[in-house]
Amino acid sequence: MKRSQRGMWPYLFLTPAIVLFTLFLAVPIGYTVYLAMRRTKVSGLGLGRGARTEVFVGFDNFAAALADAELWQGWLRVLGYGALVLAVMLGLALLFALLLDSARVRLARFSRIAIFLPYAVPGVAATLLWGFLYLPSLSPIREVLDVDLLGASTITYSMANVAVWGGVGFNMLVLYTTLRAIPRDLYEAARLDGASEFQIAVRVKIPILTPAIILTTVFSIIATIQVFTEPTTLRPLTNTISSTWSPLMKVYRDAFVTGDLYSAAATSIVIAAISLVLSFGFLRVVRNRAFGEG
Amino acid sequence: MATVTAATAHRRRARAGSRGPAGLAPTALLLVGALYCLFPVAWVLIAATKSPGELFSTSTLSFGTGFFDNVGELFAYRDGVFWLWAGNTLLYAGGGALLSTAVSAVSGYALAKYRFPGRNVIFNLLIGGILVPAVVLAIPQYLLFSKIGLADSHWAVLLPQILHPYSIYLARIYAAAAIPDSLLEAGRIDGAGEWHLLRRVAMPLMVPGMVTIFLFQFVAIWNNFLLPFIMLGDDGKFPLTVGLYTLLAAGANQPTLYNLILTGAFLSIVPLIALFLTMQRYWKTDLSSGAVK
Repeated sequence: MKRSQRGMWPYLFLTPAIVLFTLFLAVPIGYTVYLAMRRTKVSGLGLGRGARTEVFVGFDNFAAALADAELWQGWLRVLGYGALVLAVMLGLALLFALLLDSARVRLARFSRIAIFLPYAVPGVAATLLWGFLYLPSLSPIREVLDVDLLGASTITYSMANVAVWGGVGFNMLVLYTTLRAIPRDLYEAARLDGASEFQIAVRVKIPILTPAIILTTVFSIIATIQVFTEPTTLRPLTNTISSTWSPLMKVYRDAFVTGDLYSAAATSIVIAAISLVLSFGFLRVVRNRAFGEG
Repeated sequence: MATVTAATAHRRRARAGSRGPAGLAPTALLLVGALYCLFPVAWVLIAATKSPGELFSTSTLSFGTGFFDNVGELFAYRDGVFWLWAGNTLLYAGGGALLSTAVSAVSGYALAKYRFPGRNVIFNLLIGGILVPAVVLAIPQYLLFSKIGLADSHWAVLLPQILHPYSIYLARIYAAAAIPDSLLEAGRIDGAGEWHLLRRVAMPLMVPGMVTIFLFQFVAIWNNFLLPFIMLGDDGKFPLTVGLYTLLAAGANQPTLYNLILTGAFLSIVPLIALFLTMQRYWKTDLSSGAVK
């Protein structure tokens, strides 16, 4: 009797989440798929009522997206940019987390807070700050380094720097929090066996951190593939960034500038599919290597 | 005093000595990282104090004299639209994070503390949302909001950001660790209803975890650019991120507007940095301990 009375409550508590999930996740995804398979058909001169009709075209839009040279150039740019961001950002996050966790560091609290601070700076503001720091007329960097930081050959590095600056602290915090949860006596045992701090970091800490490293990598891959804010915000300051620099920028242009919603929907599904394939592919490779599972 | 310091230093040396040389290199590396992260923030703080003339003439690292003029000019810009942007941001981030935390906490509690048919299916579906890239959602959300005539409204930015799958995941972990089953059972034996248990037992115990979820969601909405950029056309509804972008797009070719842009950037990061520094102990990414230390 008592159990059955309790029966409806968990569903009631979950109702808000399920309603929001349906309205703002399930329905939009379904609508994107629907749009991606349709196109406007113009009959006659395209004038008057009924001259433009929406028709079902199957996978035509996807085929067009996969054959689009402009989009492929965007993928290549984002691939180079993304590899750079992932390697440097996660490498530094891991290094800083391990250093903070080692007992011998001074001013650890100050460094931890300072490195996490950029997390509180919105991407637009971060890009704006660095963008002005790159500007020849203002840049203190240019006084030391004589390079055009907004030129065609350097823009990828300059943009990657903004992403690394904004993301390293959060990833460091995730890894550091995981490290703090490990019982200290595990290290004492290793120390008694004569292991150095470096050996403990490589042989004990990194293996324990592996799941957290995988998690942060997958989230970073998803975020990096969708890069939009940094290139969009830098555009007013340089003419080396086209309106289709990243795939997501092309989706935005197709949908809201040229008004081709169908191509935009198809391209956004391709972006989502590629980020899922990369994330799961990464998960598989790492699982096989790290845990020896078939 | 001197002896105490000497003794402490001695102990410190002894402790460091037992583990090899003092950590000079690790400390230095971390400080380099800290300086790298502080540098742009310190630079914009200084740049915001400079008058348009000083910005290009004085040394990068010397303070200027024009801070209050800059702020005054910024607040007067287009009849004080910067105030509107700040107010909108507070509404989106504050209201959105509050609603998001409430929905996440109640969902997390239900998923952690009840056994019912469909529990795993619901959890997996909700969590699957983490992997859905924002790009497949933003355009259809815009189109659907247009259909009901709400595209260029505050609701269009507020509503889609309430559901946050990762927060539900965190809330479930926190509820599992922070709410003892025995407490709920005791309440039921005393005749308390499930609604009463949620309000009087579960939610009070979840407050520290909810503060953490609120903070992360607050920052995420405050920093969001893509959704408001797509949804909004009327600049009176812009949050600071989109407002700053339009300011930059308008002023990138006019160096006389640079001090306005830099002051705007500075003012828009101050509240978050203040929130961040005062709430230090709640910034945790691991809630499984069931307590915020």
